[in-house]
Order: sequence, then C-alpha cells, then structure tokens
Amino acid sequence: MAALLLIPPLAALVFGLAAAFVRSTAVARLSGVSTSAVVLAAGIALLALGKVPELGGGLLRADALSAFMLAVVGAVGLTSTWGGLGPRDHGAASAPTTGQRRYAALVCVFLGAMSVAVSTDNLGVLWVAVEATTIATAFLVGHQGTRRSLEAAWKYVVLGSVGVAIALLGVVLLYAASRSAGEATLSWVALASGELQLDPGLTKVAAGLAVLGFATKAGLAPMHSWLPDAHSQAPAPVSGLMSGVLLAVAFYAILRIQAIADMVLGPSLMRGLLLTAGLLSLAVAAALILRQRDYKRMLAYSSIEHMGLLAVGAAIGGPFAVAAVLLHVLGHGLAKATLFVVAGRILATEGSTRIEDVRALLARHPRMAVPYIAGMAALLGFPPFSLFFSEVGIVMAGWRAGLGWAMGLTLALLLVLFAGLARASAAMVLGAPVSDAAPRHPMHPGHGSPEGPMTPLVLALAVTAVAGFLSVPLGTVLLRAAAVLGS
Amino acid sequence: MTTAILATQLLALTTGVLLVTSVLLVWQRSLASAVRVLAVQGGALALLVVAIGLTEGDAELFVVAVVVLALKAIAIPLVLARAIRSSGVEREDKPLLNPTAGLVIVALLTTLAYLVSTPIVAATGGTGAGEAGPAAFSAPVGLTMVLVGFLLLTTRRRALSQVVGFLVLDNGIATVGFLTAAGVPLVVELGVSLDVLLVALILAVLSGRMGALIGQDPVSMMTELRD
Repeated sequence: MAALLLIPPLAALVFGLAAAFVRSTAVARLSGVSTSAVVLAAGIALLALGKVPELGGGLLRADALSAFMLAVVGAVGLTSTWGGLGPRDHGAASAPTTGQRRYAALVCVFLGAMSVAVSTDNLGVLWVAVEATTIATAFLVGHQGTRRSLEAAWKYVVLGSVGVAIALLGVVLLYAASRSAGEATLSWVALASGELQLDPGLTKVAAGLAVLGFATKAGLAPMHSWLPDAHSQAPAPVSGLMSGVLLAVAFYAILRIQAIADMVLGPSLMRGLLLTAGLLSLAVAAALILRQRDYKRMLAYSSIEHMGLLAVGAAIGGPFAVAAVLLHVLGHGLAKATLFVVAGRILATEGSTRIEDVRALLARHPRMAVPYIAGMAALLGFPPFSLFFSEVGIVMAGWRAGLGWAMGLTLALLLVLFAGLARASAAMVLGAPVSDAAPRHPMHPGHGSPEGPMTPLVLALAVTAVAGFLSVPLGTVLLRAAAVLGS
Repeated sequence: MTTAILATQLLALTTGVLLVTSVLLVWQRSLASAVRVLAVQGGALALLVVAIGLTEGDAELFVVAVVVLALKAIAIPLVLARAIRSSGVEREDKPLLNPTAGLVIVALLTTLAYLVSTPIVAATGGTGAGEAGPAAFSAPVGLTMVLVGFLLLTTRRRALSQVVGFLVLDNGIATVGFLTAAGVPLVVELGVSLDVLLVALILAVLSGRMGALIGQDPVSMMTELRD
C-alpha cells in the first residue's frame, strides 16, 4: 500500500535513466508516455483505495488531495507526451541523437519531480521538488537552442528560482515558528492541525512570503512576466505540461500554505492576498490577450487567466469552492495540453506562430482544426465541458460568500477574455483558403511534426466533456480532496 | 561555559563577515573578485553553522557545515570562475547604480531589514529555543543579504553578476534559516543545496550558450520577447 507512493518517482527515475543511457529510438520516444501512464495509474489506485499511506516519516504521503493531483499530473502528462509523438521515422531508424535522449530524460525527471511535489507531507521536500521542476524544464525551454528560446530559458530560470527562493524563506520561517512553539517540524499535517501554538506575527510573515514565492511559479500576476516567454518558446509537449499541470502543482503548494495560515490567523489574510492576485491576473490576461498576435503566447496568457480564476476560487474557500477549483485544475490541464499539442502541429505546418499567418485551418487542415476548435470551446467554458461547471461553481460560491462585487468583476473580465480568444481563434480557423500554394515559410526544424496521434487528444477532450457530469466517482473524490484542506 | 562564549563570539564574527561581504559585492565591479568575495561569504556561512552547532550541541549541524563549505565556498565559486573565464567578460561595466548610490541603498535596506524582522526576532528570540537567543537577534543580517541579493539582481546587467545576486539571496535565506531555527532538517538541507548547485550550473551553461550565440553582453540584449 505504502509502496504505491514510491512507484511514480521510481518509474520516473528508471525511465529517465533508460532514456538517457539506452541508445534506442523506442525508449527515447516512449519513456515520457510510460512515466505519465504509471503516475496516472498510481494516482487512480490511491484514489480508489481511499487510505492515506505514509512513508519515511511523512517524506512521502498521499491524502485524497495528493492522489487527485497525482492523477492530474499523469493525465495531463499522458496527453502532452503521447500527443507530442511524431510519426515514426521509418527511413533513418538509427540511434537517437544526444539532444533527443536528453530531452526524453528531462521530461521523465520533470514528471517525477511534480509527482514528488504533490505526494509529500514535508513542506521542505515540497519546495525541493518544485525547484527541481525548474531545473528539469530549464533545458527543455531552451531546447531549440535559438536566441529566443535561450532568452526565455534564462528569464524563466532566474525569475522562477528567485520566486521559489522567496517561498523557501517562508518555509524556513514556518519551521522557525514551529520550533518556537515547541516542536520543530515541517510536516504539513502537524502545522495545519492547529495543535502547535504558532506565533501569529511570524506565521503571517512566513505564509505571506511562501504564497508570494509559489505564486511566482504559478504564474499569478504581478509575478507572471516569465510565463508567456517560457510557454511560447518551449517545444509543444513541454508547453502543454508546464501550462497544464506545472502551474497547478505550484498552485497546490499555495493551497497547502493557505490551510496553515487560515488555521493560525483566520481566513482574511489569505483571502485578501489571493483575491488581489487572482483579479489582477485576470485583468492582465484580458488586457494582453486582446492585442495578442502570437497564438502560443495567447495560450500562455490564457493560462494566467485560469490561474487567476483558481486564485479567486481559493480565496472564496469552503468545500464547494475548493471542489470547483480542483475540477477546474483537471479541466484546464487537459484542455490546455490538447491545445498546445495542436498548436505545435500548426506551427510545424505553417512555420509561424503569428495568428495572421494562419488562415482557413478548417478547410485546409481539418485534422488540426477540429481538435483546436473543440479544445478552445472547452477552454472558453462552453458546456458540456467541465470548465463550464467549475466556473459557474466558483462564481456561485463567491456570490454566496458575500463577494458579489469580486464575482461581477471576474465575470466581466472572463467575458473580455472570451471575446479575445474567440476572435483570434475564429480568424485562424474559419475562412476560405486563399490558394493551395506550399507553406509561405520554411518549416521550423525541431518543432515536431504536423502529424501525430489523435487518440490522446480525443481522450483528453472526452474526459473534459464528461467530467462535469460524473458526481460519482469524480464528485465524491473532489469533495474528499477539498475536505483535506479543512474547508 | 567557554564553549558558549566561543560560540557567541564566533556568531558575532561570522554574521559580521556575512554583512561586510554583501556590502562589498554591491561596491565591487570585477567579476573575478566578486566570485572570491562570494567564496569568503560561503566560508563564513559554514563557520556560522559551526557556531550554531556549538550552541545547540547538535552533531548533525557539523555535517551541514561541511556540506555548506564544500558547496558555497568551493563548488559554486569554481563553477562561476570557470564560466567567467570562458565568457571573457571581466568587469561589470554597465551597472545601473554607481558605487556611492549602491552603498546608500544598502544602508537603507539594512535599516529596512531590521524593521521588518521585528516579528521574527520577537517570536524566535524569546523563550522557546533557549540558547538560540543571540542567534535570533542577528536574524536581520540574513534578511539584509536577501535584500542585497535582490538589489544585485535588479541593477546588474551582466548575466553572471545576476547569478552572483541570486547566490547572495540564497545565502541570505540560509542565514535566516540557521539563525532562527538552527537550519532545516538534514534531508531538506541536502535537497536545497543540490537544487542551488544545479541552478548555478544551469545559469552558467545558459549564459555561455547565449554568449556564443549573440555576443558578449547577454542580459541587456534580451529584448526579443515582448508583447
């Protein structure tokens, strides 16, 4: 039972080492997919068993919230890595290049680090794992080796590490607070139980710093400036992973810190912080999506939007709002991963990330346009996709909690974002093809392939479409996970 | 008794060195000597851990001191020194602050650090940790280092001087941790150390690649990506 906790990190280690050292194309191609599948299976198994296994004195521990996040990491990882597989190169089936092997190994390390981050009870280990995701993704963002991708990687590592370092300061001060209260511990269970008399002044400083730091990694405004660069320059599967689930993992850290702060200080401090960051993120995303000319950056700003919405939901608090937030994490992750995979294929075909260079996709490339439209419909919150239900859930909960003005503002900003995303997408997809000439731009090497498997995209969108209706088992799972946070 | 006096004196000495080295880094222009100052700062941090180990009587802290010494006084400075040699950039010649303005700002930041650390000192310096008294009272030194790290990160233009800023920031966080809580548990400390080393390596490699691709002055050339 407890051994289940070890499976995701061990799988990541084994597949990562295999990808790095076995000179086989099949291993390099399938290592990321296999790791994701194992993580997903472990998450679902932990949810189904419904116990709280613990290993190594809380170094690894999975309650319902951890198990749910593990399943989300696996599901989004599977969509991104499987969808990112190009067609097998039948001609030159030789050994993979060093670059390909390093890429495959780093994707496994990245997945492993996220799994550890969500399945530990120790806030220090959580921090180490979140920082490890920065390390693993640094070279993935800079994988193309172009000037733009190196610039994005530099900004990402500097801003990401500095932000997360602030969170470390917060974690260290929480440890100091627990030590002054008589029991030096970094265990989340102990800190959030309310049994330790943490000093309120110190906890306030510590929790504020920790949330500020993890918010940088979660891409919340005003610490979001690295995000559009990194997410637009990374190869498509990595963008999908970073946008779809890495942001959510950082957000998960915020939820854990929030539970501790609420226990010691009452909900007002965190509510104020998260509501400000959330509304500001929505406003920044709305302002920049309206005049966005690059579709990968547009998707990145949409991630800031959804992180903002999650922060608003977390600020509201209570079981209903938190369950809606968690459903939103799942829906956004799957839809965003699908869209980034499709965006990678569009880039490989059209050779440009500019919206104005992509026209009449539906007529010219229906195999890209249809999943793009479906994914965008999910992202925009059309029913039956689960994002509709989670957005309605968050707004309803906010209304009932007496935050009517904030919900009004949220809805107005969501409407602006809806208009911006819908206009740009319509411009790309609709219309008649001008001519059937060859692509205007040379193909981008290394950006993946215009072709790829459709199954993962169909599966991801199907799950997003039915998730909103599954009160059993998904609804119960979400409520169990929300109950972990004591709300 | 003598151990306690020795430990307190060592504590005063090392926190003093930490503060002075941070100020020197603001004033310093040559990258090679900045790395040497950073190595001295790492050594002082290791000695600080020894001092706290003596007060606490905790043998685990001596292991941590060795790790800190190996990492912050030797490994990371070596990585940086190599990156500087291969980049051919020797001086921070385009800082946004002149040395005088830098020193004035450091003085302000130190005052700020003492003001904002009141709740920290009040909570940890009091009764709970007993002997940790003098240590907790010097916690503002760590916060000053964090703020100086930020100052270096935002005002320096060369890629590698920004890395130095990041490392001062990290040293500051470690200092706060050791002074207020005698350091985090060993497993976490090892993980954090490994992360910091890898980040320094990655930044050194990235700045090398950028240097090879776009010439000598990477960071101020970073204007390709914008909205």
